[in-house]
Amino acid sequence: MIPFWAVVLIKSALLLFVVVTTFAYAMLVERKVLGWMQLRPGPNRVGPWGLMQPAADAAKLILKEDLTPKTADPLIYRLAPFISLLTAFSVYAVIPFGASADQGTWAIGNPNAGILFVLAIASIGIYGISLGGWASGSKYPLLGSVRATAQMISYELAMSLSFVGVLILAGTTSLDGIVNAQARWWFVLPQFVGCVIYVITAVAETNRAPFDLVEAETELVAGFHTEYSGLRFGLFFIAEYVNMLTVSCIATLLFFGGWNAPFGLAMVPGVVWFVLKVACFMFFYMWLRATLPRLRYDRLMAFGWKVLLPVATLNLVVTAIIVAYKG
Amino acid sequence: MSPYVPVAIYLCVALAAALLFTVLPGLVARRKPNPQKLEAYECGVEPTSAVSGRFPVRFYLIAMLFVIFDVEAASFYPWAVQMHALRVFGLLEMIVFIIVLAIGYAYVWKKGGFQWR
Repeated sequence: MIPFWAVVLIKSALLLFVVVTTFAYAMLVERKVLGWMQLRPGPNRVGPWGLMQPAADAAKLILKEDLTPKTADPLIYRLAPFISLLTAFSVYAVIPFGASADQGTWAIGNPNAGILFVLAIASIGIYGISLGGWASGSKYPLLGSVRATAQMISYELAMSLSFVGVLILAGTTSLDGIVNAQARWWFVLPQFVGCVIYVITAVAETNRAPFDLVEAETELVAGFHTEYSGLRFGLFFIAEYVNMLTVSCIATLLFFGGWNAPFGLAMVPGVVWFVLKVACFMFFYMWLRATLPRLRYDRLMAFGWKVLLPVATLNLVVTAIIVAYKG
Repeated sequence: MSPYVPVAIYLCVALAAALLFTVLPGLVARRKPNPQKLEAYECGVEPTSAVSGRFPVRFYLIAMLFVIFDVEAASFYPWAVQMHALRVFGLLEMIVFIIVLAIGYAYVWKKGGFQWR
């Protein structure tokens, strides 16, 4: 009989392997999709259809020289990418991927405070970026990181408020409870405003186009990771893509019914639906990047504080009124 | 058993993986440092001045506002989960809370706290 902790250990290692592999191929798919949208083939030299490109990139990043600027704070400089990556990985401890009658919810752990755990861990991720830029001892990274911090905390507010509407309807903070509450209606219908706010803030939280002010190359070279090279840069890069995947999973769980099948197509297993919905979100991300120009920083901050925050609050008040009188 | 035991085990595995990625460049990557490479990057010229660490005070203001409004957002959570039980009573309580906050929000807006100049 295999002890319980060994089972969890193997599951955890497998899950991490899946997450890292998904990152590698999400990166390839993004470059392909961007290529097609700009009428060029995208990466197609390494292996058939460019399928070995992630392996080639990884080998290159690992072998590249690892430089630490002499003005940098060496310990924190090395700690920052580690924090980013660790927090990006950690969220998957509570994300459920599916459910079956005999095995219950498919997740590493399924605490009642699932959504709070996700928010708490995701907030720590900001430290990686702000410390990385500060510890580089260089001007562009410093500016990039204070910008990033201000942007991420501003949008985190609207993000946490956009969840409240869902919590009112579901009456629970556990992620599988929220999915089960969507068996009849996906929350994207009653919480459409909340969903739109969440998607906007999710793009801003992960520092992706059009909110990639953090690495606005026309102003800040490469933002907070200007001084990083080799695999240490790679860690920030992995963290960014894993975070993209995380917010796609959260959007699927909170607003798009998780593993609930649409149109009563229940013969396809739930986990397939979950993966399909997450994949749609990832594609949406890439589409945004190919389509939209970058915002100006003052507009970005004004939008977060003057539009998203009041609209999110209004949304939760309206939801509460409806639940109080009708629910 | 507590649902946090598997979470803790997973966090240990994630820690090990992240640690592996962090020490790997120190072991595998080649190193050939020279004084030019170790300069902080400044568009290819020698850095004209040391990093003073100074940046606009606006960023501090944003951080302070964040702390205030994030505590507010956190206090919505327990209320939201109980909304089906609290009904109209919970609604009125929360509306009073939001009105108090809205006064502060309007004050910050009027004072130009959200203005980025």
